[in-house]
Amino acid sequence: MLDFRRNKREISAAVAYLVLLAAVGGVAPSFFGAGNLGDLVINNAPFLLIAIGMTLVILLGEIDISVGSQFAVASVLAGVLAKAGVPVPLLFVAMIMIGTAMGAVNGFLVGRFGLPSIIVTLAMLVAWRDGLRWVTEGAWVQGLPENFQWFGLGQSGGQLVIVAIPLLVFVVFAWALRNLRIGRAIYAVGSDAEAARLAGIEPKSITFGVFALMGGLVGLAALLNAVRFNEIPSNAGIGMELKAVAAVVVGGAAITGGRGKLPGTLVGVALLGTIATALTFVGINPFWEKAIQGLIILAALVGDVVMRKYEERSAEG
Amino acid sequence: MSEILLNAIDVQKSYAGVKALRSASFELRAGEVHALIGENGAGKSTFIKIVTGAVEPDRGHLEIAGKTIAGNSPTISKELGVAAIYQQPALFPELSVAENIAIGYEHGGFFGRVDWRARREHARELLDRIGARIDVESEAGSLSMPQQQLVEIARALGAEAKILILDEPTASLSEDDTNNLFRVIRGLREQGVGMIYISHRLEELPVIADRVTVLRDGQTIGTRVVKDVSRDEMIKLMVGRELSQIFPKREVPIGNVALELRNFGSRKAGVKNINLTVRAGEIVGVAGLVGAGRTEFARAVFGIDEADSGEVFLNGVPIRNSHPRDAIRRNIAYLPEDRRKHGVILDLPIASNVTLASLQILSGRFGLNFGKEQELAAEYTRRLGVKTPSIHDSVATLSGGNQQKVALSRWLLTKPAVLILDEPTQGIDVGAKSEIHALMTELAGEGVAILMISSELPEVLGMSDRVAVMHSGTIVKVLERDEATQTEILALALGHGAAAASS
Repeated sequence: MLDFRRNKREISAAVAYLVLLAAVGGVAPSFFGAGNLGDLVINNAPFLLIAIGMTLVILLGEIDISVGSQFAVASVLAGVLAKAGVPVPLLFVAMIMIGTAMGAVNGFLVGRFGLPSIIVTLAMLVAWRDGLRWVTEGAWVQGLPENFQWFGLGQSGGQLVIVAIPLLVFVVFAWALRNLRIGRAIYAVGSDAEAARLAGIEPKSITFGVFALMGGLVGLAALLNAVRFNEIPSNAGIGMELKAVAAVVVGGAAITGGRGKLPGTLVGVALLGTIATALTFVGINPFWEKAIQGLIILAALVGDVVMRKYEERSAEG
Repeated sequence: MSEILLNAIDVQKSYAGVKALRSASFELRAGEVHALIGENGAGKSTFIKIVTGAVEPDRGHLEIAGKTIAGNSPTISKELGVAAIYQQPALFPELSVAENIAIGYEHGGFFGRVDWRARREHARELLDRIGARIDVESEAGSLSMPQQQLVEIARALGAEAKILILDEPTASLSEDDTNNLFRVIRGLREQGVGMIYISHRLEELPVIADRVTVLRDGQTIGTRVVKDVSRDEMIKLMVGRELSQIFPKREVPIGNVALELRNFGSRKAGVKNINLTVRAGEIVGVAGLVGAGRTEFARAVFGIDEADSGEVFLNGVPIRNSHPRDAIRRNIAYLPEDRRKHGVILDLPIASNVTLASLQILSGRFGLNFGKEQELAAEYTRRLGVKTPSIHDSVATLSGGNQQKVALSRWLLTKPAVLILDEPTQGIDVGAKSEIHALMTELAGEGVAILMISSELPEVLGMSDRVAVMHSGTIVKVLERDEATQTEILALALGHGAAAASS
């Protein structure tokens, strides 16, 4: 069901991505080497989880800019727990729970007290980041146990897990958002929370749940990312919120909430993930990456306003 | 006779095809208190907006101080000396009294230097002129409501207002504060200020007003000298809307009591001591003026605002709705006032809007059943006659009447036993209106108990089996269909219980 009219934002993003690939391929055909593409996918697979969570948050009309700091805290804790001898399967459960707890803090403050999420998560961004800096004194987690790397599955098996889990989560969430009552409720609350309440939905619980879910996904992403290296930096995830918001809005979600689809976010993640590598291949300094992400957010927002104006005009005419 | 400050001749205004003002004429002289009265929706607010330049009239003629005003705007009307004071004071609560008053008269650029001493002195002078003893350095937000009102009047004087519009200034004042305000008004009258005085308290008019103009259905019905006209005559002039519409009211068998309220009240919603029963198959109209607490009452019954006193019985069983979800589960439905605000979710497709309150019946083991959703949405939109190319289009693409039908579809799908309709036909076209009336009759026939809030007296009279009249947060009387008349309802809504008894 690829109805262009209903999916034009997602389709536009996909077209933009194809244009980018074509341009990079034209300048540097080696970009399409199997090794590079594989690295690209593995590098970005954990980030897809963050973007999925951010999509839900943005659909609600909220934002979570504390994800990068949550990610750093979760990464370090994953390392610490692994060193303490926690077995890998249990680590999955623990990381999801730890992430959920961090997300629940945001959810409680935003949902229960109606505080603006941008301020709450800004505060948590600083609190988690500097709390972590204080506790670790900037030290990285080293001397991780053997079986932590690639989950002890060896590189090929581990890689498979790292890519398979986010994809599986993606499929489940995409299905749930469309097919479950909770998904419908998220769209309703994001469009008009008071109207949703009058229809028997509890916006407070939905908000709490979505932020908690966001945290859980961050915890999972942190674990999947950590196992790829033999030490864990205490400053991981800096700027991750920017990239996640960019991926979601590029994928066609409205920053004001109520409109957006997970397939669009998948395209957004691919686009954002490709840019850094593409810059290197094309010979541009990769330090431009963040600036480009910022510009992409602006471009997506302006594009959305223009598209909306156009839709209104064609609706009237 | 003193000079004419304001002369409005045959002013007309429509909003999206609905006529708010058909032909309003009004004259205000210097040193006069001229009352403007009329039912809800008679066009008073629209008329005030035209005088203050907030909206442009479609036709007609507005003269201020002998000059024809073309292209009025809030800035122009202010320069011409028009100032309006509303029921709720509009001061900047964080600023001092002197600063608030200065906003009225200081012009100067953004970089002009402030002469604080002059500012305070001028504020003091202005407050003295109306005999108000208020510290000019105190924060406006710390003052009582009547004091804030006086500051507003001082601000208007500071801006050299010649025409002062007072919109229900006494609605929430105590008797002492009201008398004090009247003293200020009389003082201003002597200083040659002309005042347009809007009030629902007809008994005040002989005390304070010189002339009275009655608006009905956007039309000036007449202007009288207050001392020559009795309260009953005023009420007669206000009502008498034509019953041109034919209402599809049908006698249906009335069943058992579905909803019963005993001493029901909610401090948060501002309603108290409500006693009412609604039977299956019965339509109970709820009439009252704006601010009487009708919507607040409905919200408390539906669990939006918490009820904290009295009892609610549904089919004889005591219930307590603390969230709309509770009410919905008990098959109570509430169609909110103003669908654009919260009756529908504009960005969602029509189908999702229709099923939003009934998602549990669509949920199966494999998630939402889209086939069933489409079926139900199609069935209900067809039954209500929603005109749309596709139920997958967003509700924002529909006309007002069709949006209202979508909102109503949502609640019908929940198969309500009690249906609360809040202004179900406000601002929608005539065709959609009578379709909704027909539907109400049909639902009553199926045994639904309907509570209908409406500001339109003909609608209340035409559709209701009984009429509950509200005044200051409570139901003052419930009238049977055959004893309810427009005059009677309006007299009760205005708080004239005695007049009702005598007529």
